[in-house]
Amino acid sequence: MSNAPLLKLSGMEQVFETKKGPVPAVGGVDLEVKPGKVLCLVGESGCGKTTTARAAAGLTKPTAGTVEFRGKNLAEMTAAERGQYRRAVQYIHQDPYAALNPTRTVFSTLSAGLKKHGIVKNRTEARAKAAELLQLVDLTPPESYLDSYPHQLSGGQRQRVNVARSLALNPDLLICDESTSMLDVSIRVSLLNTLGRLRDELDVGFLFITHDLAVAKYFAWDGEIAVMYLGKVVEHGPTPEVIGNPQHPYTKALIGAVCEPDPDLAKANRSAEQLRSAEIPSLRDLPAGCAFHPRCPAFEPGLCDAAEPPLQATPSRRKLSCHVVHRDLQRATPDATLTFDAVPGSRRPETESAL
Amino acid sequence: MSDPILSVRDLSIAYRTGRKESVTAVSGIDLDLYEGQSLALVGESGCGKTTLGLGLLRLLPNLGEITSGSLTYRLKDGSRADLLQMKKEPLRRFRWNEAAMVFQGAMNAFNPVIRIFDHFADTLRDHADGKKWTKAAVEARAGELLETVRLDPDRVLQSYPHELSGGMKQRALIALAIALDPQVLVLDEPTTALDLLTQRSIVQQLHELRKKFGFTMVFITHDLGLAAELADRVATMYAGRIIETGSARDIFYDPKHPYTAGLINAVMPVKGDRPALESIPGYPPSLKAMPDGCAFNPRCAFATDACKQDRVPLSLLTERPSGMDHSVACLHHDQVRLARSATDQLASFVEGESANV
Ligand SMILES: Nc1ncnc2c1ncn2[C@@H]1O[C@H](COP(=O)(O)OP(=O)(O)OP(=O)(O)O)[C@@H](O)[C@H]1O
Ligand SMILES: Nc1ncnc2c1ncn2[C@@H]1O[C@H](COP(=O)(O)OP(=O)(O)OP(=O)(O)O)[C@@H](O)[C@H]1O
Ligand code: SF4
Ligand code: SF4
Ligand SMILES: [Mg+2]
Ligand SMILES: [Mg+2]
Repeated sequence: MSNAPLLKLSGMEQVFETKKGPVPAVGGVDLEVKPGKVLCLVGESGCGKTTTARAAAGLTKPTAGTVEFRGKNLAEMTAAERGQYRRAVQYIHQDPYAALNPTRTVFSTLSAGLKKHGIVKNRTEARAKAAELLQLVDLTPPESYLDSYPHQLSGGQRQRVNVARSLALNPDLLICDESTSMLDVSIRVSLLNTLGRLRDELDVGFLFITHDLAVAKYFAWDGEIAVMYLGKVVEHGPTPEVIGNPQHPYTKALIGAVCEPDPDLAKANRSAEQLRSAEIPSLRDLPAGCAFHPRCPAFEPGLCDAAEPPLQATPSRRKLSCHVVHRDLQRATPDATLTFDAVPGSRRPETESAL
Repeated sequence: MSDPILSVRDLSIAYRTGRKESVTAVSGIDLDLYEGQSLALVGESGCGKTTLGLGLLRLLPNLGEITSGSLTYRLKDGSRADLLQMKKEPLRRFRWNEAAMVFQGAMNAFNPVIRIFDHFADTLRDHADGKKWTKAAVEARAGELLETVRLDPDRVLQSYPHELSGGMKQRALIALAIALDPQVLVLDEPTTALDLLTQRSIVQQLHELRKKFGFTMVFITHDLGLAAELADRVATMYAGRIIETGSARDIFYDPKHPYTAGLINAVMPVKGDRPALESIPGYPPSLKAMPDGCAFNPRCAFATDACKQDRVPLSLLTERPSGMDHSVACLHHDQVRLARSATDQLASFVEGESANV
């Protein structure tokens, strides 16, 4: 039972109609989140992470493919099932400034859902529960915050109120969209530890979007990472494998761009741009073949720009879509991973061996 | 050395929270910024970074007020101006022309019913004295700026804010802030919603713009990696005060305040195995109940009775030119060492590298 996915996206597509023509923001993704597990979604700005999350949360209807929750297709749920799903799946909006109602106090925001779902009986209980939630997200003493309005809170404080609200209904699945982005490292670690307890003790599943690979690594260590590029998943596998030994040239570039808190190292690396182009192609005019080819340092004309590489399994416990990697894998048997050193894309070859 | 472009003296800022109540969010800030410098402002959530940033441009919301201090700028024409004495009209001209800000929560800073093009047109027309901004001129200028932040002007200018992703809006706002070539740019968490590749490319753009136009940057960030990359100087804030300041190298390699050291120790490395991470114990104090003495004392492993008596002022550790002095507000700074082995490794790696050359 516990291994059946909570959330399953199959062939999910989302095309937005705009004045300037259709924008295919998500071009067919297959993803699963299991109870007590984390699936991290990473990738460049505009690659479709939020769009995927919003469809998973039932906020938008995908233009193709399905979203299933506990094996039930969202599009075919009865009103009662939908109500259930709405409580069980909580989406934490990317923008904490837009997500809070400016006319409601923190208490009123936190207690709305509690009251609606009959989790608390009266105001005293509601205040106690709200205070407990604030404590979970390190907003202490809670009395200092319960009666504040959003404009009286700092960015990171708003972000934590948003997280607290999503925890109020004891969700089974949390969809977090950059939910720790405005927190300093110390509070971030503490919040991730809180979420980690929900994951480990209450079996809450997570669809976790972050641009911070250190956060992905820390929070999804026992889970998986899916790397998206222009609306598609390009590499997907267990977190330690993908972060420690990235194989898709795009993943390598992403990991190579990490800044460490070290000024000398940062200056030494500043000039080392490993992509052929910084330009992200337009979704309305995707490059032929592999969508990454105009930027890819491992690009091979004739191979990469001919057909789209399919997302295929490799022997090294992951799926990835790259013609060159798959070809080299086939050539170099049995220990194919050795050949990946030939794929450039890591800024810091010196530290690569330590990965 | 020329005089600073911005001098802040004893600046304090309070928010009214009731008819007779207010909370002090920022206290006693002294700061000199020199032309072309970039200063990173770091510190825990709620410590007053945004409040200080807004204060530097007198952009505080209605209930926020500068309660003491002075803010002196050297303007583009070489004259000096006390921002706190400035009247409404000169202040309007000052903003965006002399100094501009990229707000935190940029994603929500755009008016949802106005296309991005009109945001550029309005800003350029509102703040440019005399110059005429035709549609074509706006388009050309906006296009150039959007390309700087890796956005496709064709599509973005015609879009409404909700049609852009979080990071796209953030980048559009950076482009908007530099539209009128300000001398001072305050960026509040400019890259929170941005992936590393986009971040890196914006960092590079900011470096180039800074070289080209020589503007001075204050950027507020919780991302110490970004601070290491962008900053010449770092100031750490805690509970509304600057508690340590110095060159980026001083702060990252040899922090002397236990809180700064704690922040650096808590950085999550991407490389290597998953480490067991410690957050700094305890919570930031509530503005309504500040501890006596050093505000960090309830959480500090080095605290002694002396720390609970009087407020601990910043004192000079190492003198350096151009406002880069290393100063710290801690009675026991001589006991503070960076614990994190990863940073030690990095530091020794860097040293080893240069030794080989
Ligand atoms: N309502 C909409 N109408 C038109 N285009 C849209 C709409 N919503 C999103 N898009 C486009 O879809 C693409 C993906 O957007 P999405 O918000 O999913 O990106 P993201 O990966 O979350 O990026 P970020 O990291 O910047 O938040 C972008 O190009 C965006 O402009
Ligand atoms: N309008 C207001 N009224 C009352 N208190 C306020 C107001 N705005 C901010 N505060 C309080 O002032 C303190 C400083 O807020 P500020 O936004 O400057 O923090 P910050 O350092 O930018 O934090 P973050 O990193 O979370 O954005 C916070 O404790 C906040 O709750
Ligand atoms: S298919 Fe070719 S262009 Fe695409 S990622 Fe692989 S090597 Fe690069
Ligand atoms: S002054 Fe005392 S309490 Fe404050 S940081 Fe230094 S040692 Fe800790
Ligand atoms: Mg997003
Ligand atoms: Mg802030």
